Parts: sequence; structure tokens; C-alpha cells
Amino acid sequence: MARVTPSLLPGFGPALGVTLLGLSLVVLAPLATLLATSLRGSPAEFLAAVTTPRVLAALELSFLLSLGAAAVSALLGLLLGWVLVRYRFPGRRVLDALIDLPFALPTAVAGITLTTLYAPNGWLGKPLAALGVPVAFTPLGIGVALVFLGIPFTVRTLQPVLASLDPEVEDAAASLGATRLETVRRVLFPEVLPSLLTGTTLAFARGLGEYGSVVFISGNMPMKTEIAPLLVMTKLEQYDVAGATALAVVLLVSSFLLLLVLNRLEAWAEGRRR
Amino acid sequence: MSAPRPREPRAVRLVLIGLALAAIGLFLLVPLAAVFVEAFRHGAGAWFAAVSDPDARHAVKLTLLVAAIAVPVNAAFGLAAGWALGKFRFPGRNLVLTLVDLPFAVSPIVAGLVFVLVFGRSSPLGGWLAGHGIEVVFAVPGIVLATVFVTFPFVARELVPLMQSQGTDEEEAARVLGAGFFKTFLRVTLPNVKWALLYGVVLCTARAVGEFGAVSVVSGHIRGATNTLPLHVETLYNEYATQGAFAAASLLTLVALAAMLAKAFLSRHAGEEAP
Repeated sequence: MARVTPSLLPGFGPALGVTLLGLSLVVLAPLATLLATSLRGSPAEFLAAVTTPRVLAALELSFLLSLGAAAVSALLGLLLGWVLVRYRFPGRRVLDALIDLPFALPTAVAGITLTTLYAPNGWLGKPLAALGVPVAFTPLGIGVALVFLGIPFTVRTLQPVLASLDPEVEDAAASLGATRLETVRRVLFPEVLPSLLTGTTLAFARGLGEYGSVVFISGNMPMKTEIAPLLVMTKLEQYDVAGATALAVVLLVSSFLLLLVLNRLEAWAEGRRR
Repeated sequence: MSAPRPREPRAVRLVLIGLALAAIGLFLLVPLAAVFVEAFRHGAGAWFAAVSDPDARHAVKLTLLVAAIAVPVNAAFGLAAGWALGKFRFPGRNLVLTLVDLPFAVSPIVAGLVFVLVFGRSSPLGGWLAGHGIEVVFAVPGIVLATVFVTFPFVARELVPLMQSQGTDEEEAARVLGAGFFKTFLRVTLPNVKWALLYGVVLCTARAVGEFGAVSVVSGHIRGATNTLPLHVETLYNEYATQGAFAAASLLTLVALAAMLAKAFLSRHAGEEAP
């Protein structure tokens, strides 16, 4: 029989039972239903449903924008993480707490707020439009919303690693003749890379499925600013259940693959720390 | 904790701090301020009228009801998962951990869609339930289910790593001294993880109150019946009732700020629980 350790503690069976039962009822059975529904048609029908020009455009938009926004979040994460961990200045703790705002703020609130701000007559949209850069109702607007959403993922995964770096290693590099820039590039950057990639992947995964903070600012024009999750919703509202299901399966499989990538990345980051 | 002595020249430091302040200001502070400016654009009277309107009050009540069901369910699941996955090693444990995290990665729209597929009128289960007068989709049970789905990992995610790092020595000592399972759990384990549990509950509550995408798919947007507060915000906004939408949004923002405050406070205590 497979070994369960430790064997002295009671309650393993019931606790695992509750865990698996909850998991199955709430998560696995419904997701299995999605897969089963998508398999009702033939593979050719499935393929046809996810390769229409409109679906391909939505998937391309979602993937590219989420990736781009995750990259921007990574840069901002490095900047914010570094400044919040390494420097002391008045108001630092308040700013640090504010990083969680995109986590905590309901996505619908973020959506209407960003749309109002970046609309052609908004606080930020007006000057930007005057510069010839319209934001709301363009792919750029979707990108802005996804960067807003991605910031806490990269900052919060980088902060513990940045805090755990031993500054004496930097001094050692400096005393061996490395310039500050070389030290940052060759000593610090390799240390934070696993966490940076973990945070970026988290931001990417979240962006790929995001709905609430994006639907308002995107303008939802098919082929132009229609993201994949919104197209699932649209298809469902038009009673195209097969189409909605097929696209949802593509999103679900993508999320699952990203989760596996994340597990590998976390194992790598964990190994680094030892 | 004191910061390490900065190794960069002062000018570099100031530029980096300046850039960070600009980024936080532009991306986080300005949106936060905008919510309240828009909510009070027509004065406190208009704000009060918007949040005390019957549809808004119904939305608040429904949102609280959903959270009141989803959060305890989650906490109970999180404790069970913490015990089974945090205190024990067994084959397949990593797979279960990955599956617990799955709802974090799944798009809220997909989460909503699966419940429409399971409980919709065209599914066998949905048809059977409807025959017995039980509506799930476009009704409150569907909203609760979708919320439980999206918040599923919150408490477990906090408890499993903590309970794992705390080990089983104290529980084993309690057992040897003759305590039963419940006594061990209530007197030894629970006090050791109480802050982390509370932390997870706060995160879970914030998400349950604010969930939009998944709930949007299953609710049907029936005003005064299946509109939660985030859906009420959307309805008003799409009707160009911008001030009303932001008034309702300001309530949600206050909840978010309270959650952030609680999180900042609790994370300090939760940090002390780690061995």
C-alpha cells in the first residue's frame, strides 16, 4: 500500500475525503462537463469552431496583449520591487500596501474607472488623445488594463527574493572590480530571474482569462478589440453553445499548461533559495 | 527591518524612487482617486440617493448573502485541505495541490460557462432540477456556485504551506498525551494558524464580494433579483448612469480598501506563525 506519512496523526482520511469531494464537486466535475460537452461534436467541428477568423483574431489579441502586458508588468515589478525593498523614504509603507489594489479592487470597478480615465474626454485620455494616442476602445487600452492587473503579481513575487539577497555578495563583486551595472546584471539578475519569470507567468495567465477590467475599456469590436473571454460570453448569449464551449476549452487548456509551467518555475525558484 | 545600505549613487536612487512614485501614482493612485471623484461628482446627496436606491440595496444584500455562504464553505475546505495536504505526505499530493490552484488560472468566464453547462435548462441535471422547481442558472444558487468556484483556492493556499512548514511535532505530542483528533485540532493546530486562516478569509471575502466575470455569466442580470453589486455597477454604467455606477463602485472600493488594510495588518501576524 502506498505510504502516508506521518501515520501517528489521525484524521487523514476524512480530511483528504472532504478535500477531494469539494474539489470534485466544485471544480473537477464542472470542468469535466465542459470537456465532455466540447467532445459531443466531431473533432472537425471543434477545429472549425476554434479556427474561424473571428475566434483566431480574439485568441491572437488575447495572447499577444497578455504577453506584452505581462512583460511591462515585469519591468514595473523590478522597479517597484527594488525601490520598495531597498530604499527608505516617507510613505513607503502606504505605497507598498497600495500595490495590492488591483488584487483587491473588483474587476468591474477597475474596468469602469480605467475606461473613464482613458476615454477621449477623461483625465488621462484627453492629453493622450491630444498627442495622437487614443487609449480607450483600442488594443492599447486593453493593454493598460492588463498592466494594472499584472503589477501586484510581479511585485509580490519579486519582493521576498529581493529582500533575501545578501548585500555582501554585491560588495564582494564590487571589491573584485565589477561595476555596479555588471553586479546588477551578472550577480543580482540571475538570482531574481526564476521569481521574475514566475510573476510574469502569473500575470500572463491572469491577463489571458481576464474579463471584468477589460470589457469596458476594450470597446469590443469583433476582429479588432474583442478578447477571447468576451467572445465566449458573446457566443453563449447568441445560443452558440458549441462555439462558446470550444473556445472555452482552448482557454482552459492554456490555463492548465500555464499552471504546469508555473509549477516548474516555482520548483526552480525554490531550488535557488536553498 | 532596516534596509541595506544603498550601493547606488544618490542620483540613481532618486531617479528610481521618482520613477516608482510616478508608476504607482499613474497606475494605482489616480484610478483610486477617480472612483471617489466620479462617485461624488454631483454631491453627497446624489451619492446617497444612488446607494440607497432599492436596486442598489437589493444588490448589496445579495452580495452579502453570497459571501456569507461562499466564505465559510471555503474556510472549511481550506482547513480540511490544510490538514490533509499540509500535515501528510502521500503519493499524488502534488497533483491535488495543482488541482486546488486550478480555479486561480481558469478564466472567470469559463468558470461561469461550466455552471451554465451543468445546470442550464438544456442539461439533464438542470432539466430535472427545473422540473422540481429549483432554478440554479440565472438564480441565486448559480451565483453562489460560481463564487465558490473562483474563490476555491484562497484559504487552502494560505494554510497548506504554513501547516506544512509547522510540521507535526506539536500535534504528535498532543496525541501522545492522550488528546483526540478534535481536541488536537482545536487546541493545537487551529491556534497555530489562526492569523493565516483569517488572512485567507479576508482575501476570499474580498474576491467573493467583487467577483464579476463568473457571476456575470450565470446571473442573467435580473435587476432587483440576481444583480450582485458588481453587476449593478455594470448595469448602471451601460445605461450611462455613470454617477450611480461609481457610487455603487465606491462601496466596493471601500470593501477593497478595508481588505487591503486587514491584509497589511494580518500579514505581519501571519508572518510570525511561520516557524
